[in-house]
Amino acid sequence: MKVSEIAEILNAEIVAGKELADMEINSACGSDMMSDVLAYFKDQGILLTGLVNPQVVRTAEMMDIKCIAFVRGKRPDGTLTDLAEERGIVVMLTDETMFTACGLLYSNGLTEAGRHE
Amino acid sequence: MNKRLHYVIDGDDFTSAGQASGDVKKVLKTLGVPSEIVRKASIAMYEGEINMVIHADGGVIDVDIMPDRIVMALKDSGPGIPNVEEAMQAGFSTAPDTIRNLGFGAGMGLPNMKKYTDSMEIDTKVGVGTTITMTVKIV
Ligand SMILES: Nc1ncnc2c1ncn2[C@@H]1O[C@H](COP(=O)(O)OP(=O)(O)O)[C@@H](O)[C@H]1O
Ligand SMILES: [Mg+2]
Repeated sequence: MKVSEIAEILNAEIVAGKELADMEINSACGSDMMSDVLAYFKDQGILLTGLVNPQVVRTAEMMDIKCIAFVRGKRPDGTLTDLAEERGIVVMLTDETMFTACGLLYSNGLTEAGRHE
Repeated sequence: MNKRLHYVIDGDDFTSAGQASGDVKKVLKTLGVPSEIVRKASIAMYEGEINMVIHADGGVIDVDIMPDRIVMALKDSGPGIPNVEEAMQAGFSTAPDTIRNLGFGAGMGLPNMKKYTDSMEIDTKVGVGTTITMTVKIV
């Protein structure tokens, strides 16, 4: 699924990495705990989160996660979007809740990120 | 391709935490280290860097990149770890809620560091500090 399709499904606004809209995303994970993301997910893909601070971008960077969707209408500041822009990571914002955002993507064919045991 | 990197980690700056790990990741990529190895090393270092900031008021990190391995030494003068065996257990955390609200403190850092590296040594003394040395093999 392309980044642009994900943005459309989530009715999301892309605020960083606009030029990467054609990038393919094949898996997803949703969490507000970066520790859990670092522990359990092994694919790249998209991270859905309601946590807004620059460590979300750092976590994505370390994990080779290519796209972050902030749920529940959370709005990151310029420090965060600049960091993402610099790292080539897409940031999008949606008003959907975590549950609904994950559900929408799942029912449109995006599945869970591979999991470490 | 021997390379040594040195970082001073500011214990008061949660926003910048992870900068050193991001830099190491960039250097490893530039050196052509396989991406799965880069990923393992940078996740492990990032967890260690975050720990330094949230548990130990900062410290220093030395990274040695050799042809066959990456050695990361994280040294702090924080409170030390009273019971390493307990700290190594998945889910064990002394982090306060303020840290959990920032997305960390799930007690997965040390287990992650062990999982993503080929060896990890913890040298710690209560009231003196902690040095964690991790090695990731390249070949
Ligand atoms: N550098 C450190 N200095 C002092 N204590 C530490 C350090 N690193 C880890 N710890 C202790 O070990 C516990 C477990 O660490 P970790 O697995 O990373 O979980 P978390 O950071 O989420 O609490 C911490 O809660 C803390 O008590
Ligand atoms: Mg930790």
